[in-house]
Amino acid sequence: MSRKISMKQAINEALDLEMRRDPTVIVMGEDIVGGTGAQGEEDAWGGVLGVTKGLYAKHGDRLMDTPLSESAYIGAAIGAAACGLRPVAELMFLDFMGVCFDQIFNQAAKFRYMFGGKAETPVVIRGMVGAGFRAAAQHSQMLTPLFTHIPGLKVVCPSNAYDAKGLLIQSIRDNDPVIFCEHKNLYGLECEVPAESYAIPFGEANVLRDGDDVTIVSYGLTVHRAMEAATALAKDGTEAEVIDLRTLSPIDWDTIIESVERTGRLVVVDEAHPRCNLATDIAAFVGQNAFGALKAGIQMVTAPHTPVPFAPSLEDLYVPSADSIAGAVRRTLSPKGARSIAA
Amino acid sequence: MLNERIKPIVMPKWGLSMSEGKVTGWLKRPGSTISIGDELLEVETDKITNVVEAGETGVLRRVLGEPGTVYPVKALIAVLAEPDVPDDDIDAFISAYAVPAGEDDGEAEAGPQYHTAETPAGTIRYAKRGEGGPTVLLVHGFGGDLDNWLFTIDALAENATVYALDLPGHGQSTKQMADPSLSGLSKAVLGFLDTVGVERAHFVGHSMGGAVSMRTALDAPGRVASLSLIASAGLGEQIDHGYIQGFVGATSRRDLKPVLETLFADRGLVSRQMVDDLLKYKRLDGVDEALRALSSSLFADGRQASVLASGIADGRTPTLVVWGEEDQVIPAHHAQALANTAQVAVIPGAGHMVQMEAAGKVNALLKDHIAKAN
Repeated sequence: MSRKISMKQAINEALDLEMRRDPTVIVMGEDIVGGTGAQGEEDAWGGVLGVTKGLYAKHGDRLMDTPLSESAYIGAAIGAAACGLRPVAELMFLDFMGVCFDQIFNQAAKFRYMFGGKAETPVVIRGMVGAGFRAAAQHSQMLTPLFTHIPGLKVVCPSNAYDAKGLLIQSIRDNDPVIFCEHKNLYGLECEVPAESYAIPFGEANVLRDGDDVTIVSYGLTVHRAMEAATALAKDGTEAEVIDLRTLSPIDWDTIIESVERTGRLVVVDEAHPRCNLATDIAAFVGQNAFGALKAGIQMVTAPHTPVPFAPSLEDLYVPSADSIAGAVRRTLSPKGARSIAA
Repeated sequence: MLNERIKPIVMPKWGLSMSEGKVTGWLKRPGSTISIGDELLEVETDKITNVVEAGETGVLRRVLGEPGTVYPVKALIAVLAEPDVPDDDIDAFISAYAVPAGEDDGEAEAGPQYHTAETPAGTIRYAKRGEGGPTVLLVHGFGGDLDNWLFTIDALAENATVYALDLPGHGQSTKQMADPSLSGLSKAVLGFLDTVGVERAHFVGHSMGGAVSMRTALDAPGRVASLSLIASAGLGEQIDHGYIQGFVGATSRRDLKPVLETLFADRGLVSRQMVDDLLKYKRLDGVDEALRALSSSLFADGRQASVLASGIADGRTPTLVVWGEEDQVIPAHHAQALANTAQVAVIPGAGHMVQMEAAGKVNALLKDHIAKAN
């Protein structure tokens, strides 16, 4: 049975279903239970935005509130994974990755390789990413490129509730460390989601819209901005193909290349800072592998190279907009073929 | 008050979820004389593109549906009338026409579009349309679901009570299959009929669902009033093993789309939504195991394991056999296995999903067969 639920509910449901299916799945993090509230209310907070609410009542001590020490509990989750559990550790804001990054990129990401394939680390580290939540520069970043840089880490960033549930289930079942990036401004977005368990394989991009004139590639929140831009462009007769990457490591190069070979034009949209991000990565790959197909220079639409501003008016300008994406598409269509690099 | 000789042509409702459709092009010009079954126009929905066939005769006096424009279900898109009906009457008819209101309310009152039944084989999802008349059961094929009947169910429900179910392992029914064989599926179907209180039904089976229906007719002849076998399995050994393996193995849109295109004579009918819906089904826990178990039980080594034609050929159960001439999955010549005792119709220009590709013709054959057999 399928019904409309939000991305927040979809994540909660994925955790619940996997905890029911597999007794080795545990959930840990700061305030993911959040103490008892009024009488009968067992998990008062259920995570800072309530994503894990209700799970403590169902699964009890398999949910652990941890001390406010990311280096300690992320390390513990990784150790537990190496010893046979399947922990899902919530980092609240992935911006906090800094204090526990050694455990992630020097330990978890290296175990399988350095122990000759004899160790597996089936840990999921999930948390919020992205701007637009009025949470200031330390709680608003899109740090995905830091994670995709590391071999041994899988990186996921869903754009909707259906994908979030299927990708989180796949992440929990996967035998490698997965960084699961949840855009906080998508938590409330609803779509049709089956009540049953299902897994979406990694490395399969989702083509949300077919078009022959230009390829727009994105992930997370900006997928929706890209779709808005595509709808606006269609009114002028420009048909954009919109690709939602869903997983950033592994990444679905085939879908991107096949699309660009057909359209000849590429716009990559990334909420991360402009240097060494997914947009530059994809632009470089397409430039190297499908240069002959390109009819115009590749356009990148990214956040600026600044911290996320706290002023709401500036924060709203910070995230790539539908207008800026449509503008980039028009540059690829102009006779000059997008010669300008700073638009 | 309105002239009964003026016949509206409206945006059709295909399947339970359709609320609007886009006119993609007219196949008849204003002024053409129209016979029943003539192809009038093409309509595109988010699920599929298909042809609207005329249900009445007359001259196409007005074409109102603009190509490229989306209209709600039941919106007036053309008018048929005999040549002697005055233009003024037609204009008055058009200006007075209102899209029947309360369509959604009506559905809300009629209850949910899909139901579930707790049967001995587990939870079965089904749809029920129509009241009174003969009882008809629609049984889909391998990897399909009850929405394979989206052009069939409402047409048959005009004068029958029609059930369509998702077989175990399929659609939104249980993914557990105790016995992944034709007998196992047949028992599940009978258990479903018991649960919904149906003693005897006219079985309409597509592909593997045809073989399930035949198995049921052989094992429980009292429950099967007639058989309508559409591109049916169980009438010969041949089957395109590449299709079965491709369907079972595909995990991405790129892999699945070309597989699905072999189901249709017109590959353009495979829409983005159709591929996405099937991928979503295939990702559900238990589906992969169910499909693999069924395919190795029914289609091992690239041949159909069960050929039931000889049992059915005695003619005890009234049988209709329908095939799309361009079927690439099960060859149309299998229809001849029952040529001596059954009515056989091979429809040109249609593939394996003939009930979708030539819905008007197939529906007419089904209605006629069920009426005669009842």
